[in-house]
Amino acid sequence: MVQKTLAGKNVEVNDEGYMTTPSEWSRDIATALATEIGITLTDKHWEVLEYLRKSFNEGVALSLRKVGNSGIVDIKGLYSLFPGGPLKKSALIAGIPKPASCV
Amino acid sequence: MKKLVILGAGSAGTMMANHLNKKLDKAEWSITIIDEYESHYYQPGFLFIPFGIYKAKDVVRSKHDFIPKGVEFILKRVKTIAAESNTITLASGETLPYDLLIIATGAKINPAETAGLDEGWYKDIFDFYTLEGAKALYERLKTWTGGKMVVHITELPIKCPVAPLEFSFLADSWLRKKGLRDKTELIYVTPLSGAFTKPTSSKALGYLLEEKGIKLVTDFGVMQVDAEKKKLISYDEIEVDYDLLVTIPTNMGDRMIEESGLGDDLNYVATDKNTLQSKAYPNVFVIGDATNIPASKAGSVAHFEAEILTENILLFLEGKPLKPDFDGHANCFIESGNGKALLIDFNYDVEPVFGTFPFPIIGPMQLLRESRLNHIGKMVFKWIYWNMLLRAIPIPLITAKMSRMGKKIK
Repeated sequence: MVQKTLAGKNVEVNDEGYMTTPSEWSRDIATALATEIGITLTDKHWEVLEYLRKSFNEGVALSLRKVGNSGIVDIKGLYSLFPGGPLKKSALIAGIPKPASCV
Repeated sequence: MKKLVILGAGSAGTMMANHLNKKLDKAEWSITIIDEYESHYYQPGFLFIPFGIYKAKDVVRSKHDFIPKGVEFILKRVKTIAAESNTITLASGETLPYDLLIIATGAKINPAETAGLDEGWYKDIFDFYTLEGAKALYERLKTWTGGKMVVHITELPIKCPVAPLEFSFLADSWLRKKGLRDKTELIYVTPLSGAFTKPTSSKALGYLLEEKGIKLVTDFGVMQVDAEKKKLISYDEIEVDYDLLVTIPTNMGDRMIEESGLGDDLNYVATDKNTLQSKAYPNVFVIGDATNIPASKAGSVAHFEAEILTENILLFLEGKPLKPDFDGHANCFIESGNGKALLIDFNYDVEPVFGTFPFPIIGPMQLLRESRLNHIGKMVFKWIYWNMLLRAIPIPLITAKMSRMGKKIK
């Protein structure tokens, strides 16, 4: 775990840069995290991020299918919003853990 | 007479039938288990069939051999559950009432979820999550002379999340033995960010792919398969060519769950992750791959769940509060090729770590490290499964809740 300054706040992140305390997240921090990986957040991005945070708080596992069925954006659209790795990138910006397997 | 009905006679349902048959008062309760298929499969054994290590006879038995006397076994398809009225309807039209229901209907592959997969099915595209697929792949590998062999995960969750990695490691060993390794490009394609995604496993096991020369394609969300041109195509239009595609298609819960209005978008039942009670109906409990809980879909998980669910059902019948005791515990041997295997033991909160199992220091099993002993453990497990696990005979030293002893937890 390391401390990192994002949008003027000290937050704790893991070795891969994912926030370890989802409650420390704010919109300003999200903007700072997005900027670091070269993404400018639009309204559509925010809708996805809010959906991911809501799902995370309800204990629902993150998947491409779930986002695709959310009515916010289809999977192709999600790849355009977060190019290269939509789930790992959107989770990073949303301040929630990266989707993982058991090992 | 009150009725307890179990839907599904796979690993989880069979274990519950054996546990409850020992614990319930038969003067008061009847137990019925329903399944549409007569064969019981030792699913962890499917992995070995393509390489000729196991044959069909190693992995198939009759379900009748494991369902205890005193439990009624109905060999029919269930059409729907009407949870509001505590009844189930069979495909044959009969209706059965229940006082308590256990859903253990599992998960299976659904190749129809991916466009194009059916066109190359069992020609250049195979699965090893069914006996049929594993046998067809065994036949295909007999004529393999080299080319691009792609091991692919469509989407999560899947049964036994480590099986595709094990397949890749065993394929590497098999190819070397056959003198075909330098003629074969072995490629692992995953929708996740890596082959290993947990911090300790990534550091400890990342070398395996490198050592075996397995290429890795990550963050790959498959949109379709072009079976004619033999390509996987992702949503962001990246293409992966194959000569042989070994895919893990989308895994889904039973269609009956969907038709009963009890499932999520993959037909998994909303279940309390600690008590295993259905979230919608108090007299319905769910176990094994059929649940939506964030535990691995694996036999060891069903085994640990069965012990806790048995206790909770007894508490429920006495009108007492349920124990939130299921901790997500899983215990898995992972074949790493060349006659070695790894062992992992983890739960909801503790990722797989280094250490010894089951005893501190003396082990004898090593966690998260390759060893021959772990491989022997994996092979012995088939006997334990058929003779102890399904019959709900306790396995010494293996506890339902994960033990922290011997583990190097940060």
